[in-house]
Amino acid sequence: MAKELMPGQRRLATGSILADVGLVAWFAFALFPILWMVLLSLKSDAEQTSTYFRFTPTLGNFSTVLSQRGTDLTSVDFKTAIVTSVINCGGAVLVSLLIGIPAAYAAGRWKFKGSDDLMFNMLSFRFAPELMVIIPLFVIYNQIGLFDTKVGMVWVLQLVTLPLVVWILRSYFQDMPEDLEQAALLDGYTRRRAFAMVALPLVRPGIAAAALLAFIFAWNNYVFPLILTDTNASTVTVAITKYLGGGGQAYYNLTAAAALIGALPPLILALSIQRYLVQGLSFGAVKS
Amino acid sequence: MTSTATRQRPSTREAPPTVTPGRRRLRPYILSLPAVLVVIGILYPFVLGAYYSILDYTASNPDPHIVWFANYRSVLSDPQFWTSVRVTAVFAIVATALETVLGVAIALLLNRASRVGSVFEKVLILPLMIAPVIAGVVWKLMFNPQFGVLNHIFRLGSFDWLSKDTALWSSILVDAWIYTPFVAILVLAGMRSLPKEPFEASAVDGASWFYMFRRLMLPMMWPYILVAVIFRFMDCLKEFDLIYVLTAGGPGLATRTLQIGAYEDSITFQNFSRGSTYMFLLWILVFITARYLVSVLGKAQRRAAGAEE
Repeated sequence: MAKELMPGQRRLATGSILADVGLVAWFAFALFPILWMVLLSLKSDAEQTSTYFRFTPTLGNFSTVLSQRGTDLTSVDFKTAIVTSVINCGGAVLVSLLIGIPAAYAAGRWKFKGSDDLMFNMLSFRFAPELMVIIPLFVIYNQIGLFDTKVGMVWVLQLVTLPLVVWILRSYFQDMPEDLEQAALLDGYTRRRAFAMVALPLVRPGIAAAALLAFIFAWNNYVFPLILTDTNASTVTVAITKYLGGGGQAYYNLTAAAALIGALPPLILALSIQRYLVQGLSFGAVKS
Repeated sequence: MTSTATRQRPSTREAPPTVTPGRRRLRPYILSLPAVLVVIGILYPFVLGAYYSILDYTASNPDPHIVWFANYRSVLSDPQFWTSVRVTAVFAIVATALETVLGVAIALLLNRASRVGSVFEKVLILPLMIAPVIAGVVWKLMFNPQFGVLNHIFRLGSFDWLSKDTALWSSILVDAWIYTPFVAILVLAGMRSLPKEPFEASAVDGASWFYMFRRLMLPMMWPYILVAVIFRFMDCLKEFDLIYVLTAGGPGLATRTLQIGAYEDSITFQNFSRGSTYMFLLWILVFITARYLVSVLGKAQRRAAGAEE
């Protein structure tokens, strides 16, 4: 609660200093690993095992990670993994939007039999242990040739992206006053045009937030590509862990550079939709 | 476009009868159909997994037979399974408790709106948005006994952060690093939506900060805290990425959670039936816990609604 609630000026002063000290302590802990990742990614091969903060920084690791030389050194094709991740996640989000927007609109606008069941089922995907679905999918994909394909990844990523899109957008459609659409209908619009011209533009921020958040979670996903892909459809998250792969020379600096590249897209996207994060992360349970 | 749309004709309320009532009634179903198909498509492997658990299906036995509860008997009498249950429970309970306490504390500190706080609030979510597996990789580099920065800073020599005795606690530490901000932002959003009057009134009455926290804020905050606890506890029960990259379940069985165990059985050893049995048992555990926590949440929400009046 705000400062004026604290009784007594002296306690207020020591209290707020202690509070700031507590905050600084947490953020030192929270930000240090990120700082260390950045520092390590700038170290040369010769300095990569040093734990000192003073060194001659180089950007060479980033170009190595993204080049053929890096692939020869570590047998990780990071550039291809980035392209694959973009295609997998972009495809998954696109499919989720095409399928999810109409469903969210229906569930937000009308009360119909089975809508709650549908929504609950979506939510249960969010909480189900992934391997419950992946073990059979691993068998099925191997039988029907979807193993290690981008199509297979786009399909399985629906488990991550679709519930997010439907749940976030349903609350947006619910909050939108129905009068606006009714007015458009009275003006002679068809239901479809009223949706496209009135409802859709109004929820555009919601769609953007849902799409970006879905992209972040698809990008960050590890267990699906780990089990359901090999080389053709393998993603950034899997590639990064391969740098740690046992045996031979270890490249801590390259690992850190790859980790940083892999962490940047979600970080940038997340900062751009910070206002919508609470609602999205809690599936609409908490609104900010 | 919106300007024409907002121009309302006041008296008439019904939509013009351009479509038949039958079609109008079907409309939500038509719109939901693709999503329903995807849900069925995802439920199919789920049901298939449950079916695997009563088969003897392995890669070397592609023509499985129904063995009913043989897998369950063998899994439930296997001490490895119970080790996994214990590891999963310890991980989920300790991590959730730690993240909840720290998250609420951070939310309280940020809610004071000090200058330091407003700077930090912008970067609060950074660890949460980095892929858990990337967080795992970075922490693993920092944990390295010889070259890791942690032993250097804290002058710990060659302390092994991922040994048999320490690995589980180190995993919990990294989990708290990632997910404490999750609790904090949810709880903070809740705190900011609370009504101001009760706090102002009791401040006038000279109530202490602690009294206000315990008697006013905590009861009203419970629903928000519980939402965060539910999300964290359920996710901790099925934690995989972070532990897999840090230790792959080792050393020995020290961090072999149920999902790691299922991964070993079904993917590494290609015993699909045994892995599915593990997963089905975990799913039951998740389901029961979810039911219980959601009912607690419902009660807390009703009570908080009463407290606010």
